[in-house]
Amino acid sequence: MKMLTVSGPPSAGKTSVILRLCEELPNRKIAVVKFDCLTSFDQEQYAAAGIPVVVGYAGKLCPDHFFVTNVQEAFDWARRKGFDLLITESAGLCNRCSPHIRGVPAVCVIDNLAGLNTPRKLGPMLRLADVVAVTKGDIVSQAEREVFAYNIRQMNPRATLLRLNGITGQGAFLLAKIVERSREIDTLSGMQLRFTTPAAICAYCTGEKRIGMEYQIGMSKPMEFD
Amino acid sequence: MDFYQEITALPLGELIRKYSVCADFLHGYGLDALPRQLPLEAALEHLRSDMLADMGLSAFELVDLLSELLEQEAEAGLSRVRSIEILGGTDKDGQPENVELRIRAGEVIRLVGPTGSGKSQLLADIECAARGDTPTGRWVLFDGKELRDEQRFSLGNRLVAQLTQNMNFVMDSPVEDFLRLHARSRMLSEADAVIAHCLETANALSGEPFEKDTRLTRLSGGQARALMIADAACISPSPILLIDEIENAGIDRVRAVELLTGGNKIVLLATHDPLLALSAGKRIVLHNGGIRAVLETNEEESEALRKLREADLLNTSLRRAIRAGERIVSHVGNV
Repeated sequence: MKMLTVSGPPSAGKTSVILRLCEELPNRKIAVVKFDCLTSFDQEQYAAAGIPVVVGYAGKLCPDHFFVTNVQEAFDWARRKGFDLLITESAGLCNRCSPHIRGVPAVCVIDNLAGLNTPRKLGPMLRLADVVAVTKGDIVSQAEREVFAYNIRQMNPRATLLRLNGITGQGAFLLAKIVERSREIDTLSGMQLRFTTPAAICAYCTGEKRIGMEYQIGMSKPMEFD
Repeated sequence: MDFYQEITALPLGELIRKYSVCADFLHGYGLDALPRQLPLEAALEHLRSDMLADMGLSAFELVDLLSELLEQEAEAGLSRVRSIEILGGTDKDGQPENVELRIRAGEVIRLVGPTGSGKSQLLADIECAARGDTPTGRWVLFDGKELRDEQRFSLGNRLVAQLTQNMNFVMDSPVEDFLRLHARSRMLSEADAVIAHCLETANALSGEPFEKDTRLTRLSGGQARALMIADAACISPSPILLIDEIENAGIDRVRAVELLTGGNKIVLLATHDPLLALSAGKRIVLHNGGIRAVLETNEEESEALRKLREADLLNTSLRRAIRAGERIVSHVGNV
């Protein structure tokens, strides 16, 4: 089975990119697993497109931890069900999230409206992606698109930078080619994340709500003030 | 690939044919007349001995410089494309297009056809350097060659610049600051001159001039469109420019097309404005997803074009008068 991890800030166009990609892969049996936080409405779009989707909500857990502790099961489920391509979609809510796995093609979706400095802010989600798919280019000036692309290249010169129109699907064709050229994977067991997940072992992880030094147990990182 | 070895081994003529940027490089140093049958270093021995020294250069250094330039150019991909060729596929019903069309840099090709006729797909085929693997089955060659998949992935984003009606400036920055940012992303050496030229051009195209410290988001529709066209012509590195419908933009559209004609870009312009569609050059007629014909303006159309130009001039002067709050009585004599 082939696999693709798709990440990106909320509302960047991840679901649209995946839907347009699926249209370019008519002969593949594709399943999507969406990792979200509290709510998600994307399953309706997938269902309308006839693409099987499973949605998981991280709830009180860190989305990255939630992803890594469920992705193997997601993979095994998709294999068991006879799919030949699994696409995971996850929103990088703290801009530090990086649900990318070594050896599994990784896409970061980012949109041209996000502001010229956004590529610098996204961190490992963008820096460690194999493909950066840039959406909403049809409504932004060519000049700004070029500066935006330049800022992306500075952060991740190795990535393939694709312009992808989430409405018409222009550009999805090349992404499909990249997916088709990726290798088959038997199991995720033993594979590694490209980046560590955030450290999250403090009192507040376990339900503490009170504020104050005396309640802080476990890992913390004090800021400095004079 | 080692460019240094190629430069020292290949005759200059062959090197230039292989890497067109070499011609620009030599031109930049006033070395157009070097004998083409020799490799660069040997060819440089034919120069007056003080010529290179005057520029603070040696033959060795020049070879080194060119080698570095080629490496950078290779990284930037096909920064220059002298021609594209579109080898026809099929329309939506599978009917063959029977087209082989070559478009050279400096040409402005018009695309005509109703909504749904296949303009977007043609532009998409060019943007992704189709190799018979898109719905139309077309092939698009660059300088006579097909692009490998790796090149398509690395270039897809840089080959084609686009200007459409829906595009807006979203950055809230003064015009000049933004142009500087854009020029820097291209590592232009003479950024100041390029930016000044770009501003001047944009103002020439725009119905109403704007200042360099006007904010991008404050530009009127026409001003923004004028700046986008000027920027595409002056700063954008993409060798191919696709323009969708500039007729309603409130800019001097004839001048905009003149600006782009004869330059170093391949321009495709989707338009139904008769003035633009009939101006010199070919027009591709799209129908049912396929290229139905490639027309060149004939004698009768040239006559129509002449009348259109007169009407356009009158229209422009009337508009100017109305904008200035004048009565238009004095213009009627020209009708």
